[in-house]
Amino acid sequence: MKSILDIFEHTEEKYSEKTAFVDEKKSCTFGELKVAAEAIGSCIGKEGGFFRKPVVICLPRSVESIMALLGVVYSGNFYVMMDIEMPWERKRLICQNLSPKAVLTDREHVEEWKESGIKAILLEEVLETAPDRGILKEIRKRTVETDLLYVLYTSGSTGVPKGVAVTHRNVMAYIEWLIQTFAITDETIFGNQTPFYFSMSVSDVYSTLFTGATLHILPKKLFSFPLRLMEYIKKEKINTIYWVPSALCIVANTKTLDYIELPDLKKVLFAGEVMPAKQLNMWMSHMPDILYANLYGPTETTDICAYYIVDRQFADDASLPIGYPCENCDLMVLNEMGEPVKEGQEGELFVRGPFVAAGYYNNPERTVQAFVRNPKNPYYPEFTYKTGDLVRYGEDGVLLYNGRKDFQVKHMGYRIELGEIEAAASALDKMESCVCIYDEKEDKIILIYQAKLEPDVIRGALEKRVPRYMWPAKYLKLKRMPMNANGKTDRAWLKNNYKTL
Amino acid sequence: MEQLLNILENLKPGVDFKTATDFVDNGILDSIEIMELADEIMDEFDIELTPVDIVPENFTSLETLYQMIQRKQDED
Repeated sequence: MKSILDIFEHTEEKYSEKTAFVDEKKSCTFGELKVAAEAIGSCIGKEGGFFRKPVVICLPRSVESIMALLGVVYSGNFYVMMDIEMPWERKRLICQNLSPKAVLTDREHVEEWKESGIKAILLEEVLETAPDRGILKEIRKRTVETDLLYVLYTSGSTGVPKGVAVTHRNVMAYIEWLIQTFAITDETIFGNQTPFYFSMSVSDVYSTLFTGATLHILPKKLFSFPLRLMEYIKKEKINTIYWVPSALCIVANTKTLDYIELPDLKKVLFAGEVMPAKQLNMWMSHMPDILYANLYGPTETTDICAYYIVDRQFADDASLPIGYPCENCDLMVLNEMGEPVKEGQEGELFVRGPFVAAGYYNNPERTVQAFVRNPKNPYYPEFTYKTGDLVRYGEDGVLLYNGRKDFQVKHMGYRIELGEIEAAASALDKMESCVCIYDEKEDKIILIYQAKLEPDVIRGALEKRVPRYMWPAKYLKLKRMPMNANGKTDRAWLKNNYKTL
Repeated sequence: MEQLLNILENLKPGVDFKTATDFVDNGILDSIEIMELADEIMDEFDIELTPVDIVPENFTSLETLYQMIQRKQDED
């Protein structure tokens, strides 16, 4: 197998008539999905004459966006899923780094893309064309498994998002582990929560494509109304969910599980941020006999590199372990000297193996900082991903998460570099100084600043520059920033004392 | 009504909640904000909202929210 398409086509042969993806408006079988993707692939292949180049997908989270994703792969290129609601300023930064050859979009957004100067392809028109299997066959011959499958942009500390470049091989290796570990089969019915520009979606989307499972793209608005959400899960007999903890917490905190029985739900997986034990216990008290698993991993390891199957009750204030390495994934915990740590000691987590992405797209500087030579292997060039996450081993070799080495935080499941918000705020005229902090207890981003500017002005500007999940919840204006002994803005003091200001 | 409007305006400054409709469909409030709003309403009006109340029909406009609060107060 050298392409994810080889595995998908194997699934399609077996399950052609079976429902693959379902959204609010439509559904498609594996057979329909293949025909649509081939049509898109032929069209891009014929028209552009480009190969192994980036194609942006800017579509709502829908069955069509899955068709588009596979279509780009059929064309021999790689896709970049873009948040449709992302401010133009950020879209432009990404396009500057990426130089996409084309964008697949819908009628509502086609004009703005045309104005940006990038070739805009209207998906609904392409879907009406017939596939050209001759062209597709030629393209397939040239594909190798280390070709890029997609580039996924995450927050970058200098204000410029970084594009994690993921190959066919990465996804094939990762999904194989996922399918085996969690027994994903043609009987699995997923309820997808995460947007497709988020690494977690790779798990449920590709395991559907590889096994013949069915995936329901749960409408975003359902997550505002937990009872409706759970009614949907019950009605569609969804048996597997892989959500960010915030979504599971909404269900727990509103006591929705008191109001509904979910006899089909068998697996609850979560990742993306810390799952509070208290809310997990609420789930477990209602459904004690199903599987719960805490998954951990950065986008740079495709999605996950360690996991913990919850095998006991934790105290409400305990933190869940991130667990053990995935099969086919090697984790090293090294101290500042590059030496392995002993049980109980803190170190930085390094990951090696086929889940580790190829690097950051068109960003050699950041790539060499994070994708480093294995410090334990001087014999030949072997690359590992330096996560920046601080961890330690607990009893039985279980890994425990201690925090971030830098200022990267997890908020609502998204990975955010506070520096990116600061960079956007600092760019404002009259801004003298600003610090962005994150209050873990309240789950809030706070911008503290020194400038003759009213909070509303900054808010308005930031909302045009950074995505919604990065908007600060609070703005604090100071006459002067506190300094520490080194003459730097005292972040630690601000973080602990901002409420007193 | 004024008290409710205050809650909404504090939650999301700059939105004209008197005329806004379909808070969720129109992207005015996200899931976290809906939960915060429900919490605030429970605190301020001293009523209990259950998942049965936190449904789109009740959270669509200032008017529907207000009607829900009145209904809950009458029940008590």
